[in-house]
Amino acid sequence: MKGKKKNLYYWAFVIPSLLVVFFVIVLPLILGIGTSLTNSDGHNAVFIGLNNYIRLLSDDQFIYSLWFTIRFAFVAVILINVIGLGLALLVTQKIGKVSLFFRTIFFMPNLIGGIILGFIWQFIFVRAFAGIAEATGLSFFNAWLADTTTGFWGLVIVFLWQMSGYIMIIYISFLANIPGELIEAGKIDGANKWQAFWLIKFPMLAPAFTVSLFLTLANAFKIYDLNLALTNGAPFGSTEMIAMNIYNTAFFQYQQGYAQSKAVVFFLIVAVISLTQVFITRRKEVDL
Amino acid sequence: MTREKTHKWLVIILGLLISVSWIYPFFIIFFGSLKSRAEIFTNTIWIPETFVPENYSRAYEGLEYGRSFLNSLFITTSSIIIIVIFSSMAAYALARNKSKISTGIYFFCALTMLIPFQSVMIPLVSIFGQINFLNRFGLIIMNWGFASSMSIFLYYGAMRSISVSLDEAAYLDGGTPFQIFWRVIFPILRPTTVTVVILNAIRLWNDFLLPSLVINQEGMRTIPLRMYYFFGEYTVQWELALAGLVLAIVPIIVLYIFIQRYIVEGVTKGAVKT
Repeated sequence: MKGKKKNLYYWAFVIPSLLVVFFVIVLPLILGIGTSLTNSDGHNAVFIGLNNYIRLLSDDQFIYSLWFTIRFAFVAVILINVIGLGLALLVTQKIGKVSLFFRTIFFMPNLIGGIILGFIWQFIFVRAFAGIAEATGLSFFNAWLADTTTGFWGLVIVFLWQMSGYIMIIYISFLANIPGELIEAGKIDGANKWQAFWLIKFPMLAPAFTVSLFLTLANAFKIYDLNLALTNGAPFGSTEMIAMNIYNTAFFQYQQGYAQSKAVVFFLIVAVISLTQVFITRRKEVDL
Repeated sequence: MTREKTHKWLVIILGLLISVSWIYPFFIIFFGSLKSRAEIFTNTIWIPETFVPENYSRAYEGLEYGRSFLNSLFITTSSIIIIVIFSSMAAYALARNKSKISTGIYFFCALTMLIPFQSVMIPLVSIFGQINFLNRFGLIIMNWGFASSMSIFLYYGAMRSISVSLDEAAYLDGGTPFQIFWRVIFPILRPTTVTVVILNAIRLWNDFLLPSLVINQEGMRTIPLRMYYFFGEYTVQWELALAGLVLAIVPIIVLYIFIQRYIVEGVTKGAVKT
């Protein structure tokens, strides 16, 4: 085909996607940086330089939310990966067709959105746990979600329930790619099951760890729906995660300029996490 | 019994125990949705003693279920149709024209995937508000924008294994690139289309935050949106709230049971390839 006509088709195919990505993601990001330098309330805005960013440094609730989210992400990432890998190892044993049934069950919560999951567990923590406490007399089950500690662990448990099956699937696909000869060779060399796992499978899973760790980390930082449905930040904003803090500043306190400065900081954190992942995966690929 | 067999049965028993506790939360909700208001407080996690199926008819009305379901279905399917059409076309053009511009566009898309929704939501809502696009049409455009990069990536990856000789043969037969793509290439991309549809369907059907900012009006609300208000109204009447939750979950679980294999495959591809 002649160059000009070919070019025309090329752009006709590409431009709709480019335009929509530009108007929905890139333009708001750029305008957002501008907004973050104003005192916008959604209607009027005056340029105030970096004042919003300076104010952030002494915003106790923002710093608290950020710290709460970091602690949450740390605990969640470890637990989800341990459980996800555990489930993956369980369903990849030679157990026949029942393996598919297990996978189906473990993955199921991942299909349900954060709002619904949050409400399901609100009932379980608040009503079902209270019922268990009454029946057994165990004070452990009392007053869940009523304080910061049970709120924190409540969020961790539901997120874990939602994400573990997903991470399991990632580990399964990597486990399936480990060549069988490698395990066989290990067995011939006299390795037992335990050694075969730690010395052969475990190192081969390195790329799976990178993918799963960062996926959970990025998702943990972006949680909003689950937070809203389960605790809504209660009691007194002590379980308010970072995304909810941004939302509330913008749409309840109508401080859109200030909220956007938080959003920019939030963007930088998530971008650094994701870029670190890309960097690590690329380096590993070169090694192989 | 041999050692291998003992091992197999131990694993199966362990798996069954975990499976039952894993889905028991769903059963707690289901049992609760059939109980009377009084029984929920005396028997919280076990099978109901007396059945109150009326909870469902009342929850169905309260959720405006038929309407919310159709709203969800409309937003999800129309967004997906647009996403599939334009992402596959863009990926085709990028994969078939290796040039600096194509590489540039590819990396541009990769970079936009690093941007979390919350960091653009405030300006996005304000821009769309100014041009009066805070409606279903605007929501579909936004869904398309947020899904574009990932969908283009998946299609681009699949394009690499489709031989250019197919295009060339079709071109010699007198087809335009548009016809070649839709008649020859797009049918071959079917497995990827299944993946793209599934990944986007899960996300769009469950989406709450974006619709809550764009179409939060009587009559337009999707299931998660309507559920949010319904739950707020009925936390003192747990039996209705629980029946509502079951109604919200059932379509997803039923679909999952039927196309389980495709969903797991799609999610694996989406997680590992992007």
